[in-house]
Amino acid sequence: MEKYTNHTSVAALMNRSNVDTDQIIAKQFLKKVERTGFGQHLFHDWRFNEDGTPNAEFELNNPKFDGAKVLVVGDNFGCGSSREHAPWAIDDYGFNTIISTSFADIFYNNCFKNGILPIIVEADTLKALMSEIAANQGVELSIDLENQKVSTPGGISVSFDIEGFRKHNLINGLDDIGLTLAQTDRIDTYEAMHKERFPWLWVS
Amino acid sequence: MAKTMYEKIWDAHFVHQEEGQAPLMYVDRHLMHEVTSPQAFEGLKIANRPIRNNHSILATLDHCVPTKLADRLNLPDPIGAKQVQTMMDNCKEHGLTLYDMKSKNNGIIHVVVPEHGFVHPGMTTVCGDSHTATHGAFGALAFGIGTSEVEHVMATQCLPQLKSKTMLVKVNGELSKFSTAKDIALAVIGKIGTAGGNGYVIEYVGEAIEALSMQGRMTLCNMAIESGARAGLVAPDQKTIDFLEGKEFAPKGDHWDRAVNYWKSLPSDDGAEFNSVIEFRAEDIAPQVTWGTSPEQVVAVDQYVPAPSDFNNEGKAIACKSALDYMGLEAGTKMTDIEVDFVFLGSCTNSRIEDFRAAAAVAKGTKVPSRVTAIAVPGSYLVKEQAEQEGLDKIFTDAGWEWREPGCSMCLAMNGDQLRPGERCASTSNRNFEGRQGKGGRTHLVSPAMAAATAGAGRFVDIRQLENS
Repeated sequence: MEKYTNHTSVAALMNRSNVDTDQIIAKQFLKKVERTGFGQHLFHDWRFNEDGTPNAEFELNNPKFDGAKVLVVGDNFGCGSSREHAPWAIDDYGFNTIISTSFADIFYNNCFKNGILPIIVEADTLKALMSEIAANQGVELSIDLENQKVSTPGGISVSFDIEGFRKHNLINGLDDIGLTLAQTDRIDTYEAMHKERFPWLWVS
Repeated sequence: MAKTMYEKIWDAHFVHQEEGQAPLMYVDRHLMHEVTSPQAFEGLKIANRPIRNNHSILATLDHCVPTKLADRLNLPDPIGAKQVQTMMDNCKEHGLTLYDMKSKNNGIIHVVVPEHGFVHPGMTTVCGDSHTATHGAFGALAFGIGTSEVEHVMATQCLPQLKSKTMLVKVNGELSKFSTAKDIALAVIGKIGTAGGNGYVIEYVGEAIEALSMQGRMTLCNMAIESGARAGLVAPDQKTIDFLEGKEFAPKGDHWDRAVNYWKSLPSDDGAEFNSVIEFRAEDIAPQVTWGTSPEQVVAVDQYVPAPSDFNNEGKAIACKSALDYMGLEAGTKMTDIEVDFVFLGSCTNSRIEDFRAAAAVAKGTKVPSRVTAIAVPGSYLVKEQAEQEGLDKIFTDAGWEWREPGCSMCLAMNGDQLRPGERCASTSNRNFEGRQGKGGRTHLVSPAMAAATAGAGRFVDIRQLENS
């Protein structure tokens, strides 16, 4: 996985709550057996008109958000289905950071597996960020994961919480599976005990 | 110290916590379907990692599978067909049990797994599918995971996990005969919201929960995820034990007694503390219908479509306005005045035999208006066979319904079954998101009996009135 480094990037704004993973990546695009190429389908039903042309009304089609790497969104982003195609699409489109007041549980976990940093802020902070982005052209947010800080040209500067292991693994681009496999002897020991305690689970 | 059931299961599956990393949780059962697994198999192959325990895995084909017999023999969608074939190839290569379309055990993963007793109380169970929460009905800690985690579990039989908070949802009293587990699920989500359970595992308790059948408990836990909860749990009791006894993957012989003893130790201890407690009176839970594009946008069937001004919270008011636009509804409309074009009876929420019995009891002697399409989609071949033995298929077809082959069908509309733009559907599934049942489709979530009554009348019906008339 690519290492997450501090950056200053354009932030796009979607002032919508409860954006579900069906909206992020619609079911007709879930049939692929690859992990790549989902960015072109991100927010498909909102982003495109019936004839396939971009829907000028849709937030991300606003030219002022071109090249954005940060997505600022309303409460409970990523609710619904467990599909990892959602963060795959977000990553492939070019975002590596999402800021909201809350994220759905499975989506939140899925982000970290794909080098995406979901940042949780207070409702007042989100409102201030949204106002600044809405009122100005191409607002660039500075994301400092090491020091857990988000700042804006307008003077907003807030810190955010993140579990230490998630931060460590993102910054170092670590492979989760590799980390667990390094504990194989512990897993072996646990499993031996598990077989003693729950032998009925080991009848195949 | 008094422990919750969640804490007991957590403790029994704690493997190790490395300094600076999350605790590792051992995974007993891993369920699979064709949509969220191909990239995980690919990842294993690229890293040259074997599957640690292929007996922990049970797989089925359900999401992409057509429910019309002719289409099952020759999948009309080449991309879906490739996904199905990839699943079959992966299972064959790794020696995994797969209930493919030709198997008499085929069906929706969360329906077939309980049918075969593959998940027991106290187990940890995962699947690349958010509705894995279903298996909490057995007192198993069951939750959905992403594809990277599917790969992680295949390679290590473990998942790095943070401990969730616990929420106790207590439903006291007795449900009316017109209300079901589905109505409890929707009423809870209506109250706490789709983010209300974020960060929690919910345990459902109270007389109304104890009174539910295992199938009702599955419906209830299935929708725990719609409140944002990681999982839902119901304590195992005699119903759980009776349900599992004799099933293919249930413990046998001496193991059975040992297992049952263990299961009986699982319910939360008296005095165990929960981070949050919410109480409901079962008598207050009327048959529910959603009016919007989120499961929390729900009212009792005798109520009216709300207006944005009915919400104090600004976000919810905006969401109401946008839902009304999408749903083509006006605030103040009586729910029972809303006409539908489609009725869908099925999905991992409501496609078990009891669901078909409940719907058939209402559908009997009715006639679906010609402008309405109604489809009944059993959750599995075993459900289909049982329903046909009981003559339920005949009741549905006589009433003008289509009787289909099993699969996820119109719950997520990636298999040919879908709404056309603007069509309105009464659906026993779990999500009324925009476009969930087809682009521009409008979904209202209801119980099976409500769906059957709606099909007969072509509009929503308060089934409590139906009985009295």
